[in-house]
Amino acid sequence: MMFNSYRQNTLELYPDRCIGCGMCANVCPHAVFTIGDRQPANLLASRRVASLANKEACMECGACQMNCPVAAIRVQSGVGCAAAMIKAALTGGPEVCGEGGCCGSGEGGNTSCCGPAK
Amino acid sequence: MDIMHADSDITFNNRIEHFLIRWGYRRGEHRVAPGLYAIGNPGRDSPVFVTANYRLSFDALRAALKGIDGYVLVLDTFGINVWCAAGKGTFGTEELIRRIEATGLAGVVSHKKLILPQLGAPGVRAPEVTKRTGFRIEYGPVRADDLPAYLKTGKATPGMRRVRFPLWDRIVLIPVELVGFALPAIVLAIVAFLGPGWLAALGLVTAVLGGTVLFPALLPYLPTKDYSTKGLLLGILLSLPYAVYQLATGLPGDWKTYASTLMFLLAMPPVTAYLALNFTGATPFPSRTGVRKEIYTYIPVIAGMAALGALMAVVLTAVKILEMI
Repeated sequence: MMFNSYRQNTLELYPDRCIGCGMCANVCPHAVFTIGDRQPANLLASRRVASLANKEACMECGACQMNCPVAAIRVQSGVGCAAAMIKAALTGGPEVCGEGGCCGSGEGGNTSCCGPAK
Repeated sequence: MDIMHADSDITFNNRIEHFLIRWGYRRGEHRVAPGLYAIGNPGRDSPVFVTANYRLSFDALRAALKGIDGYVLVLDTFGINVWCAAGKGTFGTEELIRRIEATGLAGVVSHKKLILPQLGAPGVRAPEVTKRTGFRIEYGPVRADDLPAYLKTGKATPGMRRVRFPLWDRIVLIPVELVGFALPAIVLAIVAFLGPGWLAALGLVTAVLGGTVLFPALLPYLPTKDYSTKGLLLGILLSLPYAVYQLATGLPGDWKTYASTLMFLLAMPPVTAYLALNFTGATPFPSRTGVRKEIYTYIPVIAGMAALGALMAVVLTAVKILEMI
């Protein structure tokens, strides 16, 4: 489909490390993950394993990466907020939100608007 | 440490504050004191819910807990809602651990379970919280409204885990969008009025209202995935009546008729598109990777159209002034 800038994102899943606990599926607000049986079965790995059922829906919030107990997920989480990004590009500063930004002004310090600070 | 008391009643004064918050009045100052609150008559086995110290977050939680005895642990997120604060890291691992210790929670309840809002997960490393405090984290549903059902079964259904952005959730964002862009819109409308004339000023106001009012309301119905192209299409649609009016009422064959027609077609859509792109941060879908791609793809188009539209306006204004002299 044309006019879709959201087909690619930075989400990566490493099934070899996954223990199938299902935490990623619990925290994901866009049902990106499903938990199923490992195919082919591997006696040295967990029976259950996460897979990316809908990678395109990922908004890079970072919840899965933060809560994965075995570091099997990597994503460059950050602000999906054009206002903060344009401002950062114009001023050369970090992506922060201020007045009129997507989540209001705060005293969060040197952190970005809707994503963890880098 | 003292346990504060709260109830599930949303008072008239609460509602007035909610209304003011929606209009962006004193943004960032609608804070609840962080700490531990008792709702109803909780005992040592009662559940513990964690939330942000933003008035709307706290009120949504306590309203949802009507008839439920429990504790609410309010983190200091500087008056920012759960999801945005989680993104900033203020609704986060360190603040949660600090607050568990400062309130002496381990001495208040006999169990070791905390129920966090699912949207707090981007800021919290659950395994680390457990390691350092002994408390296990359970992520509850996205919406506080689903808590009673969640507490009954102890499980969030897939529907409760999904973020949705229904009409009402989009509508409530309109006032803050309007207020945010009111000043530049009024200044530009005055410039347009003094320049090409009152119709140009009206066109500008239409384009701004398109981006701040119509766009949030129509978001899922506008074609294409990209916010910029959704906004461009909406802007073109809004500029068409102006363009047709120019063609119908202008002198046929006069270059000024075509210049003013083009002015509306070129200047209005980029205004709406820019506001649409700005709205990305208020919606729960776009990724940073995608938004960055949108900025690189469409900002040149938006800027180019706006520049050409402004050029038409300048030329028409210059001719108008020359004719007056």
